[in-house]
Amino acid sequence: MNVFKALLVLVFSVTLLTGCPSTPSRDDSNGGRGGGAGAGSEGSGVQGQGADMSGGVSAMSLQDPASTLSKRVIYFDYNSAAISDEGRELIDLHAQYLSAHPESKVVLEGHTDERGSREYNIALGERRAAAVQKIMQLLGVSATQLQAISFGEERPVDPGHMDDAWQANRRVELLYTEHR
Amino acid sequence: MRQVWIFLTFIGWLWSSSAQAILTIEITEGVDGALPIAVLPFSWQGKGAAPEDIAAIIAADLQRSGRFAPLDIKQADEQATSKAAVDFKLWRGRGIDHLLVGKVLPAKQGKYTVQFQLFDAIKGEQLAGYSMSAEDKHLRQLAHRVSDIVFESLLGVPGAFDTKIAYVTATEKNRQRSYQLAVADADGVNEQIILSSKQPLMSPSWSPDGQRLAYVSFENKRPQIFVQTISSGKREMVASNAGLNNAPTWSPDGTRLAMTLSQDGNAEIYVLNLANKRQHRITRHYAIDTEASWAPDGKSLVFTSDRGGRPQLYQIKLDSQGRRQASPKRLSFQGNYNSRAVYSADGERLAFVHGKDGRFTIAVMDLKRGSMLVVADTRLGESPSFAPNGMMVIYAAEKDGKGVLEAVSVEGRARQRLGLQTGDVREPAWSPYLSKR
Repeated sequence: MNVFKALLVLVFSVTLLTGCPSTPSRDDSNGGRGGGAGAGSEGSGVQGQGADMSGGVSAMSLQDPASTLSKRVIYFDYNSAAISDEGRELIDLHAQYLSAHPESKVVLEGHTDERGSREYNIALGERRAAAVQKIMQLLGVSATQLQAISFGEERPVDPGHMDDAWQANRRVELLYTEHR
Repeated sequence: MRQVWIFLTFIGWLWSSSAQAILTIEITEGVDGALPIAVLPFSWQGKGAAPEDIAAIIAADLQRSGRFAPLDIKQADEQATSKAAVDFKLWRGRGIDHLLVGKVLPAKQGKYTVQFQLFDAIKGEQLAGYSMSAEDKHLRQLAHRVSDIVFESLLGVPGAFDTKIAYVTATEKNRQRSYQLAVADADGVNEQIILSSKQPLMSPSWSPDGQRLAYVSFENKRPQIFVQTISSGKREMVASNAGLNNAPTWSPDGTRLAMTLSQDGNAEIYVLNLANKRQHRITRHYAIDTEASWAPDGKSLVFTSDRGGRPQLYQIKLDSQGRRQASPKRLSFQGNYNSRAVYSADGERLAFVHGKDGRFTIAVMDLKRGSMLVVADTRLGESPSFAPNGMMVIYAAEKDGKGVLEAVSVEGRARQRLGLQTGDVREPAWSPYLSKR
């Protein structure tokens, strides 16, 4: 068990170091799930490099509040499902975790701000969740690990009616349902 | 005019009488040019206290419509129960053109009989006269029916006071959100909760016969469409596909539901045959297509799509089987956000959310002329719904941080607010006519 865990951390840390800047553009152009497999094999190819970092990255556990993985909300612009650079980094991180933990499952919950009509917002929230889902699959996460759902404007985190509340409410939340 | 007394008996709703009047009404804007009318207190001919102040309910109805200016009841403290007792000259002198007088009598088996007459004060003639009876708990409904008769007698358009509204409320207690689907009289009284859930409830839509509601429930942690019979509470899940099962809306004959599903990848409009549960797809586009509303003639759907980049209204023609007949045609061109349109019962107008300069207002479009009028200049307006007579639009808005319902006359003159004491109230849907006319 410990060996397995260490190995995962190793693979994970390597992909962290090498994967983020290079994989996105390549995967986007691939436009399929093959891109994800490529990222995996690339990771295994440079495994050795990560050994130095293993101590530092061993804290990358889902439960650790200090871990970057504890960030699980991706934010969006008004009436948009475009993923920001910041959002993209977060997606990469979780995609790597999920690829390394095929037993983990995550629900991608799409949300919107309150402006406009409720049913359009349900569809917009779904579009946001689907955008995250698509990138994760391109990065090699299995479709069976991902479930997208939209609550539109029905479940705001901030009940306010001004800009700051709207900003906080336009989001996709990553909710892990099964993890060790 | 011939004096005709028509005897009508009310068959009441099967609902329990555990009604709570937690909606409050506030008239926010008055109207110039409304018809002056005096609704005299109905005399009570039984023992003890009168069971209900029928005249007050009628006067409030007429006032809310924006078409009438009822005389303040305190000024009209005389009771007159027949033509002979009415001094028309006196009322004419007070600027009153029309008078409603009536009485309430105890009848058999716990019922009450209400008799009333509507007079033209100028000519001194009776315009309408009826006798109706109802049980105690249906006396409010009877009063609304009287308002409908007054409205139609004087304006030539059926009244829509004896109707219901359905809506969703959201309340938070001890950090636990709860959602209710409720039905109330059109004046906000007699609220009946027909469903409660800890998960969101959305998009109530009345069946054309007014007996059922279709809605979206997240009770199983994802959106599914249900149809519930209001009187019995019996409910059936009718759509539970992968992805969205949203925005249900009835066909005019009540046999089908148009809805939004994303089982084929993204939000598209489908039509579900309720008898055989077969569904067929109406829209095909990678953009969002949702919020369908069925034209009253059954020949087209209007829906929201962002295929042009921003949400706008489109119309698509259907054949007699409810299948797509031609490509959608764009209907809205003003403003950068137009969505969630509903047809008026005559099919001649649409009410919808109109977004411009950061405000989300409620607008009405005349489909023949192509003209558009903002009827409520709200900041966060949504979910408009026409009264069945097409004279008013009810919608949801935000007031002091809370979700409230407002109703406005279609030319935007008279406005009223219905607010919940705690929590948010949203997504109003005005029922069709419920009593036979």
